[in-house]
Amino acid sequence: MKSTEVQLQGTAPAAGRGTKLRRRMWRERYIYLLLLPGVLYYIVYRYIPMAGLVIAFQDFNPFNESLWANEWVGFKYFARIFEDAEVIKVIWNTLQISFLQIFMAFPISIILALMLNEVRNETYKRIVQSMVYLPHFLSWVVVAGIFVVFLRGEGLINTFLTQKLHWEAIPFLTDPALFKPVIILQVIWKESGWSTILFLAALAGVNPALYEAAVIDGASRWRQLWHVTLPAIRSVIVILFILRLGNVLDTGFEQIFLMLNPFNTESGNVLDTYVYFKGIQQGDVSFATAVGMFKGLVGLVLVILANRAAKRFGEEGLY
Amino acid sequence: MIKRTISERLADAVNAVLLLLIAATMLFPFLHIFAVSFSSLKDVLERDLILWPREWVTDAYYTILASKNFTRSLGVTAYVTIVGTLVNLLFTATMAYALTRNALGQRVILMMVIFTILFSAGMIPTYLIVKGTGLINSLWALILPGAISSFNLIVLRQFFLSIPSELNEAALIDGANELRTFFSIILPLSKPSLAAFSLFYAVGHWNTYFAGILYLSDSSKWPIQVILRQIVIVNEPTAALGQEVMLMMENPPPPITIQMAAILLATLPILIVYPFLQKHFAKGVMLGSVKG
Repeated sequence: MKSTEVQLQGTAPAAGRGTKLRRRMWRERYIYLLLLPGVLYYIVYRYIPMAGLVIAFQDFNPFNESLWANEWVGFKYFARIFEDAEVIKVIWNTLQISFLQIFMAFPISIILALMLNEVRNETYKRIVQSMVYLPHFLSWVVVAGIFVVFLRGEGLINTFLTQKLHWEAIPFLTDPALFKPVIILQVIWKESGWSTILFLAALAGVNPALYEAAVIDGASRWRQLWHVTLPAIRSVIVILFILRLGNVLDTGFEQIFLMLNPFNTESGNVLDTYVYFKGIQQGDVSFATAVGMFKGLVGLVLVILANRAAKRFGEEGLY
Repeated sequence: MIKRTISERLADAVNAVLLLLIAATMLFPFLHIFAVSFSSLKDVLERDLILWPREWVTDAYYTILASKNFTRSLGVTAYVTIVGTLVNLLFTATMAYALTRNALGQRVILMMVIFTILFSAGMIPTYLIVKGTGLINSLWALILPGAISSFNLIVLRQFFLSIPSELNEAALIDGANELRTFFSIILPLSKPSLAAFSLFYAVGHWNTYFAGILYLSDSSKWPIQVILRQIVIVNEPTAALGQEVMLMMENPPPPITIQMAAILLATLPILIVYPFLQKHFAKGVMLGSVKG
């Protein structure tokens, strides 16, 4: 918008362009009206907060009327990120959970998609699909709640272990060593069904003639799976894998937050939950903002690199 | 039909059975939760694995629905879901359509939208702006900060682009302005897509948890998921539902049945819309896989 104003004030030839521009803007006035709510939303709730990131470079004082009244401290809080043993631990937790997800949950969704794809009976396939997609639509509170009810000391699993097998009860919810496996199990239960959907969409587009040709060449079902089916979803696998690598610092806030308790925090605290505890609960606002911004910037760089890598693999990429 | 060898038949059978087992792990918790929620104290204590109630006891549901805290939060969540989804649709659809019209600045705006997918300011600055716009302890805090999902916006724009442009050109020639074209031609044409997006947005609102504890300290405004966490995960059903409900009955129902019933009641709306979601989501994801 600013450039149009500048042009409107221009000299004679530019004024000609100015009126043309003004006419165009008048013609498009209703489009601007339609754009208005959305643009306002993006400015207020997406871009002004980005400007608010300046508090990562300040000592935030909640009593100051304006952010400009805060004292500037440069990169002090970013330096603290790398000196603080707690943050290092938190980054380590985040990476561990992310990579466990990538190497456990991701292959499982591929295998599940291949299994579904092999089902010849359409009705059976649809019934199984509707069951495995369902958990995706449940809230994390419900999923975490179900796991808590089943895994707690007096829950179904531990009752079975202690009363039937005469084992000792396993402290699934409080043992720091078990936090990550439980989190991964939850992700697998909730999302592996839903994640098959993109693979299945790619598989639906495979030309049946490829399978027919493979059969004529004497390929067994296993060889068809290897030479026709897998190549068909290879590009989807590569793209999703690379994009997931790009989001390696995202572990899903709500899930982790709901499963954290004083006993397992050392093993379960990730960047997102750390920002919440530090910034909102303990009031260490500037530092928490710096940690959040660090996470966001690393994520941005990783996504851009991942996208470039996807293109190098000859895939389309995200943008 | 292609002839199948014995080993292939065997593989098919194993595959079918495995899938059945996987599907069962998704359904089993619900069956168990359902059965326990209707079970008596005696059965809860005595039976090892409850898959169906022996005698139907509705005390847990009676207790929960008598709790003002619970019913109020159901009401709050229903309100946020309805109003929030309408706001989502209005904001997303108007902007998505306007971004198909090649108006001045379209490219810049589109790039700014895509950038928000790659980078966001994060929790603290967003919290401060929500506070700055006066939404702390207001239900609008659950609605406005997430008014548009950039991803949905891009996908919906993609859909609008697929509508033949002759349609609105004809309308414009007939003297209708862009607003009328949008509301009386484009929107009615897009009903199936809009239905799909409203279902996705609505599920998101119903499942809202964290925004509730981040922005609302007034417990009378808490959405259902916050109450549900208190009942099940924190394991404090009495505190969450209120003492008076527990004193209502001579023999209050065992906490486990209350927890199971609460999970089911809070999930019921999702289970009800699920068949409709299913009809739409395959289409939605297909649309999403088309590049923006």
